[in-house]
Amino acid sequence: MASLKELKGRINSVKSTQKITKAKQMVAAAKLRKAQAAAESARPYSERLAAVVASLANKASAKDLLPKLLVGTGGNQRHLLVVANSDKGLAGAFNSNIVRAALAKAAELKAEGKTVQFYLIGRKGRAPIRRAWPDAIVAQFDTTDVREPGFNEAAKIADELTAMFEAGKFDVAHLFYSKFKSALLQVPTTLQIIPIAGPPEGVQDTAAVEYEPGEEEILAELMPRYLRTLVLRALLENAASEQGASMTAMDNATRNAGELINKLTIQYNRSRQAAITTELIEIIAGAEAL
Amino acid sequence: MPFQFELVTPSKLVRSETVHMVVVPGTEGDFGVLEGHAPVMSTIRDGAMLVFKTEGAQPETIEIRGGFAEVSAKGLTVLAEYAEG
Repeated sequence: MASLKELKGRINSVKSTQKITKAKQMVAAAKLRKAQAAAESARPYSERLAAVVASLANKASAKDLLPKLLVGTGGNQRHLLVVANSDKGLAGAFNSNIVRAALAKAAELKAEGKTVQFYLIGRKGRAPIRRAWPDAIVAQFDTTDVREPGFNEAAKIADELTAMFEAGKFDVAHLFYSKFKSALLQVPTTLQIIPIAGPPEGVQDTAAVEYEPGEEEILAELMPRYLRTLVLRALLENAASEQGASMTAMDNATRNAGELINKLTIQYNRSRQAAITTELIEIIAGAEAL
Repeated sequence: MPFQFELVTPSKLVRSETVHMVVVPGTEGDFGVLEGHAPVMSTIRDGAMLVFKTEGAQPETIEIRGGFAEVSAKGLTVLAEYAEG
């Protein structure tokens, strides 16, 4: 049986932990609203861009003139796994779920005899991936100074990927991030970004559209943009997911701390009572002996 | 004759309104879009876009960077990476 003083110390320490988790939960709730709004306001742009890319890709006359970003190098040997994580913990299984999805895919590709490389966004994925694949991390994008991911970061990442692709460093790129469904549910998602996995089939409109300059030129300019948009959407979804996961995890932690405090308080009271009873018995026994 | 005009950037839907005419800075030269314009898809160069709410009204200038314009039966959609105005 722990002494009264020890119990009191434990209760206080759990209490201060609870204060931290509660604060973090409230911060996450506030940030979640903001991140969700950002993710939603980015939607029209990416939807329209996807529609345009789809209609162009369907219409483009000479398929062999299509940009490589759309049709790929023709090879399927070297895979780049782009893993988007956060920089901070305290978000439950948010980061480990994404990493797990990426590692599963990596193992699957390796079993097929492909080469696997990693491109990491954010800090939290680094340690577990490096443990499993010590030499496979080719680059890392640092987001520690970024408060809210925006178009600039997405553009930087996408341009870097495009440059690597054009330099012939890989054939296929997959993007791993967490799709935001609700504060309670985030789904780790894999998206093939290079070659860009078929944008949603556009409605074939029969009107003859004029292209300025030509179809191929537009498509060539469009693909890097589309890639940026895909990355941006993943970053925003990830940010919202992180806050959602954090909120849920911290809510659970706060509740667990509350339960623990109740349990410890009962134990504290019991042992206090036991101590008082023992003292009384000693006094009475002493008085009777006289 | 008004038509539907939309200006979209990655961060938000900047404009969605009916307008009389829009002058878009295309890569191969500015072009004005009125109602019933033939379907066109053009990349844009960085520059000012003029939006005429009604016929003869003072144009509103919007600076846009990087993107393209699409004219379809539904109207004009400009996707720009950056817009200010």
